[in-house]
Amino acid sequence: MAKRTIIPFGPQHPVLPEPIHLDLVMEDETVVEAIPSIGFIHRGLEKLVEKNEWPEMVYVIERVCGICSFGHGWGYCKTIEGNMGVEVPPRAEYLRTIWAELGRIHSHLLWLGLTADGFGFESLFMHTWKIRETILDIFEETTGGRVIFSICKVGGVRKDISNEKLSEISEIIGNLKVELSELTDVFLNDVSVKNRLVGVGVMTKEEAVEFGAVGPTARASGVDNDVRRDGHGAYGELSFVPIVEAEGDCYARCKVRIREIFQSMNLIRQAVKQIPCGAVSVVVKGNPSGEYVGRMEQPRGEAYYYSKGSGTKFLERIRVRTPTAANIPALVHLLPGCDLADVPMLVLTIDPCISCTER
Amino acid sequence: MANLKIGRLIMRSLFKKPTTKMYPVVAPVWKENTRGHIVVDMDACIFCGICARKCPTDAISVDRETKSWAIQRMLCLQCGCCYEVCPAKCLANAHDYTQPNAEKVTDEYTQSDKVSESGSSPG
Repeated sequence: MAKRTIIPFGPQHPVLPEPIHLDLVMEDETVVEAIPSIGFIHRGLEKLVEKNEWPEMVYVIERVCGICSFGHGWGYCKTIEGNMGVEVPPRAEYLRTIWAELGRIHSHLLWLGLTADGFGFESLFMHTWKIRETILDIFEETTGGRVIFSICKVGGVRKDISNEKLSEISEIIGNLKVELSELTDVFLNDVSVKNRLVGVGVMTKEEAVEFGAVGPTARASGVDNDVRRDGHGAYGELSFVPIVEAEGDCYARCKVRIREIFQSMNLIRQAVKQIPCGAVSVVVKGNPSGEYVGRMEQPRGEAYYYSKGSGTKFLERIRVRTPTAANIPALVHLLPGCDLADVPMLVLTIDPCISCTER
Repeated sequence: MANLKIGRLIMRSLFKKPTTKMYPVVAPVWKENTRGHIVVDMDACIFCGICARKCPTDAISVDRETKSWAIQRMLCLQCGCCYEVCPAKCLANAHDYTQPNAEKVTDEYTQSDKVSESGSSPG
């Protein structure tokens, strides 16, 4: 047996946007075991329900994640609305869907840029983030924030988007499609990119199911699982088929995310065409007293939201289970057997969001 | 070059103007909805303290006796909750951001002398 060495990977590492620590047990250049540890950025956001009234808690819950912040706000509102039996106006549901899909585009573009940076393709990273900037501008114009939006509230949304603005967004998205097609060609067909991604970190469909992988990570292994199909928001009235790839390697995970960006663009354009007129929020009276569990498809995968009301302004408990928490076991299973040089790619392709995981 | 798919894009970018703006030489253009920082009209404030109670991060403190209103700029989330609940509508959103600072500043405003700030003023 070769001599074993332990190489610490993270929490500060050039490819890691967020802190996770992995102890990599190595035999020569090959990983034989990976021991993860998290806990560097636990902020105790769930505990704050004891201090903040439930209508204001949405602004805190959004800060679970800086990338899928709209989704977290929506997830929280959904669980409170379910708890209190609030009927959200259809226009608000459409607006939420549009913002959630813009969030998905912005999250996937961020991931693509970070991955390009991870395998050392700086110009690809810059060009990807240039496209992402346009999405952030749309967010700023419509919500007032670039990353944290504070737009969702229990009972609807705080601001409407005019129909003219919606058509403008639809047009911008159409132009972005052309720009993104050019980058897609680089991500999927460039030899140097393919050398780093194809056949690396293969996860079979059975493994993905066994380890409970979610989101694009699972869909890249052939698991046809997308919570949006349950029809929450306006998804029930929009036509889409979840993007699934069979190969299960890093390349497939990249391909799923790129195809999902185009899918989100189509969903936004569909939503803009179909959006009904009417109110964007309803007045919510009373306090939540029951329990409710809601599921959302965040850019990184399925997230759970649980709330338990106490009949007062303060909730008794909320719980958020984020997609990365579900994907870390799959990552730990993937790492043994891979080369040390491939570890950054494997870690990046599950799109880890450690801030989400630790809350 | 045949394998470098991004080659054409890079060549095109070489002859284009930079996408980024030369801040601070070129001033940023704020959008209509941009949430920069909270401003207060002290003449209209009734010191009810609702903004302070509703603030998710306890960034605002109101003192009825001294007729003062204070905000810890670095605690503020710019969620807009305070100006939404303000009954006197004396709070509002300003589009520009506050200046970066090495210290946690508290901006305090009193009704008598209008403005007295500890730390730097919002930009």
